[in-house]
Amino acid sequence: MPSPLRLRLQHAVRPFRSASRTARVLVTVGLLITIVFGVAAFLAPTFYRYDGEQYRVEQPDGSFEQLPRLAPPSAEHPLGTTRDRYDVLARIIDGGRLALAVVLFSTLIAMLIGVPLGLLSGYRGGKLDRVLVTVMDAVYVFPPLLLAIIVAFLLQAYFAPGVPSAAAAVGVVYIPQYFRVVRNHTLSVKQEPYVEAARSLGAKERTVISRYVLFNVIQSVPVIFTLNAADAVLTLASLGFLGYGVQPPTPEWGYDISQAIIDITSGVWWTALWPGVAIVTLVTALTLVGEGLNDVINPLLRARGAAGAKLDAAADGEDLGEPANVDPLSPGTEDGSGPGLAGRGFRS
Amino acid sequence: MTGSRPASAPWSDAGSNGPLLEVRDLHTHFPVRTGLFRRGGDLAVRAVDGVSFEVRAGEVFGLVGESGSGKTTLGRSILKLVQPTSGSILYRGRDLVPLSERDMRPLRRELALIFQDPNASLNPAMTVGQGVGHPLRIHGLASSRAEARDQVVAMLQRVGLEPAEAFLDKYPEDVSGGQKQRVVIARALITHPRFVVADEPVAALDMSVRARVLELMLELQRDLELTYLFITHDLATARFLCDRIGILYLGNFVEWGETDRLFDDPQHPYTRALLDAIPLPDPSRRDRDKQLPRGEIPDALAPPLGCRFHPRCPAAFAPCGWEGRDLIEALESRWTEVDEDTFERELGLVGQLGDAEVTATEVRFPSASGVELARWLRHEADQLPSAVATAITDVEVGAHGVTVRFGPGPEPALQVVAGRPVACHLHGVTVRPDGDHVGDPTAAPRGP
Repeated sequence: MPSPLRLRLQHAVRPFRSASRTARVLVTVGLLITIVFGVAAFLAPTFYRYDGEQYRVEQPDGSFEQLPRLAPPSAEHPLGTTRDRYDVLARIIDGGRLALAVVLFSTLIAMLIGVPLGLLSGYRGGKLDRVLVTVMDAVYVFPPLLLAIIVAFLLQAYFAPGVPSAAAAVGVVYIPQYFRVVRNHTLSVKQEPYVEAARSLGAKERTVISRYVLFNVIQSVPVIFTLNAADAVLTLASLGFLGYGVQPPTPEWGYDISQAIIDITSGVWWTALWPGVAIVTLVTALTLVGEGLNDVINPLLRARGAAGAKLDAAADGEDLGEPANVDPLSPGTEDGSGPGLAGRGFRS
Repeated sequence: MTGSRPASAPWSDAGSNGPLLEVRDLHTHFPVRTGLFRRGGDLAVRAVDGVSFEVRAGEVFGLVGESGSGKTTLGRSILKLVQPTSGSILYRGRDLVPLSERDMRPLRRELALIFQDPNASLNPAMTVGQGVGHPLRIHGLASSRAEARDQVVAMLQRVGLEPAEAFLDKYPEDVSGGQKQRVVIARALITHPRFVVADEPVAALDMSVRARVLELMLELQRDLELTYLFITHDLATARFLCDRIGILYLGNFVEWGETDRLFDDPQHPYTRALLDAIPLPDPSRRDRDKQLPRGEIPDALAPPLGCRFHPRCPAAFAPCGWEGRDLIEALESRWTEVDEDTFERELGLVGQLGDAEVTATEVRFPSASGVELARWLRHEADQLPSAVATAITDVEVGAHGVTVRFGPGPEPALQVVAGRPVACHLHGVTVRPDGDHVGDPTAAPRGP
């Protein structure tokens, strides 16, 4: 007999196996690209000869030789160097590490706050629900980038600037998304007979929520997680581009692009292009995973989407309190009105 | 034991088994919200409205009724999954109604619930072994994982899932409907409860599986000394399973008693109608005179006054609670059946039904041809499809039309007929103390 752990794992990946080919390809390709980025970010520094903040090389005799300024791509510097004598590839590698770390921390922060609040709000209902929904909606109507800037400001003023502050600033933006999706899903799950069954067995509220509700609600979280991760990359880059991200000269893609803008007029294309390519590739990869997962977890959504736009338009107006089948993507990410703003602001 | 019990109803027989559960005047009302912030005054759906009965230890008590009769709400109220509005539920002498959820929790070990739909009542995120074993963890009934596992295996075998080990690591989606219901039963019984509420446990199953699950439930009841409250809409199933049956209609019992006697000699027209509705595989009885209740169960928000069954009752007569809206409905119903000339003529007499002023005790038709309408109502109203005309006491022609008045129609109380409680005026007019009456209930004539 296979071990219980293996059985659980098989149960967990079962939806993936029965998903459509397209969904599986999307997830696989997205994951592969993300893994390449991860490997590059965390392993490349051990064998790539330059460091992201390095502008000179120590010679055998103890003197320092500065790296060339704005050198075009060559064997020595595969992606060229910047105005500040940094190696572009090294900065992309280090910037990728920063991006992945911030993405991971920020989505974790958002999840750890949003999911429990959503569960509690949906399960308990009543006044608590009313208050939490209002607060979350208030956070949600804020332009995400503006909110991130404000939080970043506050954290930089009262704590140290750095990865934790940037992560928190990016994470706050996503709390309402987890909250809403989990709350709405909880509203529908708590009507299920198995939740009443748990009560009739004498389970405590805590047990009902954690063993009967949570496990049936959590399935929509990976979708938001991956899509938020994509968005977080953009938000972080936006913050950096505007100068509110991590402190220079820490390698950060958005900051690097902002520094490279003046180079473009003088025909230096490599300083801006490569960080941009990195951003676009990572965001695309994470979005692929998210879209694919969405298909895997909610196979009916695609069918519904193919049926026409009328249904969706009707459903859009009432995603506030409707316990009915929840589309984990409906707030913002599809219509672009929510967290997508950060991305739009950056791209335009 | 039963002798010392206060206020025993006359029909509660002091048998050798004392009641395990005694429900007294239980009400469960759901207030209706009409607006966003307002509550609809005291408007409420009275899903359970003054139910009293008792369940003896070791018996199977059937709750039978159509959908909307309040049988499921009654079952949930007894288990306190819905908080009753008033009344008492004495379980082994202890009143459950005032208990908080926290105080109920230890008691839930002894009170189990089996659900209607096995597909929805198992947590899809738990394996069969986890799901069945969870009650043991909740109540701390197993000291170790291995012990819990052994108990689960024993229980799965007990409900006929063999080999039990093969089911432990399956998820609910991997087992069939009948097996799922067996898993649900195993989960309900693993804490060794005494009292089990079974809410239509076989309604969602295939015919071929039903009988076997019912037999299993009976077998378990005998072996584990369980007491069942069996909720069903199917009298045939109830007959097979139950020792006693209570017939519910709109939140009230119309009749309850021993199964055999109830089937042989139904005393309430509703019971008779339900029995007639059981299809019999006997071609020679194809043309038997079926008296099925008319229409559907009425709106629970505004139940009929008097006897709640009277608008659908084939045997209803004057004191059953006929009221204004019944006359309007009877006219509407008649006009769908008569030929066009008759309809035109009577519409001319009565006028648009929407113009009539309707209250419980009278209807005023603002008719121009008052005298003719009054004559028609006095002499030809007995052609109406229901017995509403029997309750008309007065037709008065005034300056502004014709006023029709109705005699008193008290809501019937339970009375003892053929050794069991029946709520029907056919056996003598009774007045339920807290009932909804038409007119002055004390003025009602005694006897049919």
